[in-house]
Amino acid sequence: MKWETVIGLETHAQLSTTSKMFSGAATAFGAAPNRQACAVDIALPGVLPVANREAVEKAVRFGLAVGATINRRSIFARKNYFYPDLPKGYQISQYEEPICRGGEVRLLLKNGAERRVRLTRIHMEEDAGKLIHGEELGDPRHSYVDFNRAGVPLLEIVTEPDLKSPEEAEAFLRKLRTLVRYLGICDGNMQEGSLRCDANISLRPAGSEKLGAKVEIKNINSFRNLRRALEYEEVRQRGALDAGRAIEQETRLWNDAQGATLAMRSKEYAHDYRYFPDPDLVPLAVGREWLEKVRAQLPELPDAKRERFQRAYGLPAYDAEVLTEERALADYYEEAVSAAGKGRAKQVSNWVMGEVLRLLNERKLGIEACPVTPGRLAQLIGLIEDGTISGTIAKTVFEKTAQSGMDPAAIVDAEGLRQITDTGALDAAIAKVLAAHPKEAEAYKGGRKQLLGFFTGQVMKATQGKANPQALQAALKEKLGG
Amino acid sequence: MHNATIKSLAADLAARKFSSVELTRHFLSRIRVLNLKYNCFITVDDAASLKLAQAADDLRAAGRAGPLTGIPIAQKDIFCAKGWLTTCGSKMLSNFISPYDAHVVEQLNGAGAVNIGKTNMDEFAMGSSSETSYYGPVRNPWNADTVPGGSSGGSAAAVAARLAPGAIGTDTGGSIRQPAALSGVCGLKPTYGVVSRYGMIAFASSLDQGGPMARTAEDLALMMNVMAGFDARDSTSLERAREDYAREIGKAVKGLKIGLPKEFFAEGAEAGVSAAVEAAIAAYRKLGCETVEVSLPNMKLAVPVYYVLAPAEASSNLARYDGVRYGHRAPDHADLTDMYKRTRAQGFGQEVKRRILIGTYVLSHGYYDAYYIQAQKVRRLVARDFAEAFRRCDVIMGPTSPTTAFRLGEKIGDPVKMYLNDIYTIPANLAGLPGMSIPCGFDGKGLPVGLQIVGNTFAEAKMLGIAHQYQLATDWHLRIPPECEA
Repeated sequence: MKWETVIGLETHAQLSTTSKMFSGAATAFGAAPNRQACAVDIALPGVLPVANREAVEKAVRFGLAVGATINRRSIFARKNYFYPDLPKGYQISQYEEPICRGGEVRLLLKNGAERRVRLTRIHMEEDAGKLIHGEELGDPRHSYVDFNRAGVPLLEIVTEPDLKSPEEAEAFLRKLRTLVRYLGICDGNMQEGSLRCDANISLRPAGSEKLGAKVEIKNINSFRNLRRALEYEEVRQRGALDAGRAIEQETRLWNDAQGATLAMRSKEYAHDYRYFPDPDLVPLAVGREWLEKVRAQLPELPDAKRERFQRAYGLPAYDAEVLTEERALADYYEEAVSAAGKGRAKQVSNWVMGEVLRLLNERKLGIEACPVTPGRLAQLIGLIEDGTISGTIAKTVFEKTAQSGMDPAAIVDAEGLRQITDTGALDAAIAKVLAAHPKEAEAYKGGRKQLLGFFTGQVMKATQGKANPQALQAALKEKLGG
Repeated sequence: MHNATIKSLAADLAARKFSSVELTRHFLSRIRVLNLKYNCFITVDDAASLKLAQAADDLRAAGRAGPLTGIPIAQKDIFCAKGWLTTCGSKMLSNFISPYDAHVVEQLNGAGAVNIGKTNMDEFAMGSSSETSYYGPVRNPWNADTVPGGSSGGSAAAVAARLAPGAIGTDTGGSIRQPAALSGVCGLKPTYGVVSRYGMIAFASSLDQGGPMARTAEDLALMMNVMAGFDARDSTSLERAREDYAREIGKAVKGLKIGLPKEFFAEGAEAGVSAAVEAAIAAYRKLGCETVEVSLPNMKLAVPVYYVLAPAEASSNLARYDGVRYGHRAPDHADLTDMYKRTRAQGFGQEVKRRILIGTYVLSHGYYDAYYIQAQKVRRLVARDFAEAFRRCDVIMGPTSPTTAFRLGEKIGDPVKMYLNDIYTIPANLAGLPGMSIPCGFDGKGLPVGLQIVGNTFAEAKMLGIAHQYQLATDWHLRIPPECEA
């Protein structure tokens, strides 16, 4: 039978606020254990939560960005369960009345088609602490708890089962990261756990409307692993279904080392979280005026920017997609275009997507720290366009600009990299090469026209690549006599 | 000194008749003797109290004394006080020294009040007799074989036994008013949100409210002026202008309309209670008040609704006592689950366990709608009943408790009987309204009876004024338990 894959994601984005969801403690990553845990975070007797306005604003920004309905009144609820990393014995979350409902995220698929992924709900909650097992500290008999993360604000984003392949799921998560970074609400760092994702996957006969039994996969910590876990699960489920076995609705953990999803050891009994509205917190009211203020402050979003890049700069969809993946990259691009001139928009795009990204990747830098400023990149492209240097030399100049931080024009002058277009200078170089290779010259004249490339290379070498390629070709053909 | 009110002690302190250190020493020495008998206090720390007294005297010397400066105030052991053992009446917190002050404690400290000790209470404020305390029952100064009421029984008995001129308590279903009634003192539960709950160990968050206990309405007003106020750390704290709770002390009550809910006067109350309350109402008529019958038709549902909602919230509020971070932890355990089980089995008493189980049950999948949601709906009906009643009257009066003090052990084995003791007090908590109890006589056994006054939202000052007029006309509040006179 032909099976169709159905995937839905539950993503947790850590909101980048200075203080926690319900306390004044700091949220920075990497502090010494329990240094960022106040009385509220460790749930001393008598302490009370106070909702963080900044977190609410960031949640609303996301909701507005994906076209969700912002609930004018939402409720914080308690999710009750016992675990040592959960100081109150309950997590404050949102249940029946989340801050946002609905909305959608648009994905541009590889085949050029667009997929609209509907969101079910978006809600705020607090993170738990972290268990540190004694083995790591040479104390295998004990476990320790670090409450620095306890109370850090999270935004949970739940999709409808609208994703049709592991590839789409990965694309969705990447798009989500792009979005939260654009909005400045989350750093999107999956390694540090700022962006976490659980995936629900099921298979059904192609064309069927009814959903199959779903499996939830947890412990996914990278884009690659999201895809791998779903691919593994797709194969596993298909195998079972083809063999006539039913899929058990369960939670499985992705095991990176084994490259497999594994059933959870203890078949944990179905949790009854006993959700109920948190009586310590009043219903969260979102005022119309405030909402409009937040809306007005939204930045241009990735989809809109991509479309504008295509329109305003005449870029192909692919270029526009890559350049708008990160807001800072798009800003870099636009700054470079504005310096280079709109007529060179495509050339700038080629350079940004080529050399600039390569350099950043090589040096593990963000675009903000790019050693070649947009202005210098524009100047470099200008030097190519006006024939001062060749494209090949330009790559060398780019590298030197990155190393020295000097203007490309200054580097070209200082190092004598100016392109040789002057026929006199070229003629001299050609004469030398021909003199050094009489046999090849004879052979060329005898009909081995492919030797033109050889001579071009030799002259380029002799001129350290500075020869203008067009002028060189013409001069060579003339000298070799056809 | 110990029979004086806060107001007169404040005047004497101001007149330098004695210092706060002397006053504090006097009460500490009384506590040393009488606490053996009544068990009002869980923690007494002479050095700490005297240090506060000295600070109060210094404050006065610096010319910055207020009405509560230097006045010893007993604190229910539910309020976190920095450096003080804060047990909430439980074994679970038998080793918990609070690293911080509750908002109310901050306010009292700021005013120069002296913490004279932490008072005994029903465990986690769950009880109406102060018998569920891990630290032994409190005894009623009027008759040591009877209970002082609860859960703020230690505070009530301390004020009655003249071990402190004032005390702070908390009221979730009557825990200030009922012990005030049974111990023959005054107690006020303010409008929900007037006193910050920050640092007040939670029992049922949507019902808990801290308040003052003292011997006169006027003293309650002085305490309220310090205790009330907005606190950003409590999301349910109400942000409103400061008010002077003593502003209506001295205001005549002529023409006041007193609502008498027929449900408060139907069957249920003991004859001695009814007689005293009716006499009090007659006294108000004599002062020129009108009475009008009103009705709270949903009152009969208040107790069952309360015993769904309060345990539901408590089951979650008490989940933090898990042996992981502070408090009691079972010494021997096999694994994590075993540690949880043993810690909570050992750390909590019977009544707390009972309520955690009830609360867990009513929040469970499949029961939530039938119990919790339904109870919330009825809660709104109770509030509506009051709103309706207050269209026809200025305040509501009736008995605080259906009985006077009962014998130790009499009801502890019968929770329903115990719960019904709060039948008249619970409705005000459900509606978030201010309620108070003032002494209004004695029954045939010589045990005090309390008159309950319930007001509309933020009517505290008016209620205190009304109570004060009664106290000008009567002297029930000045009676001293015979064994505490000397």
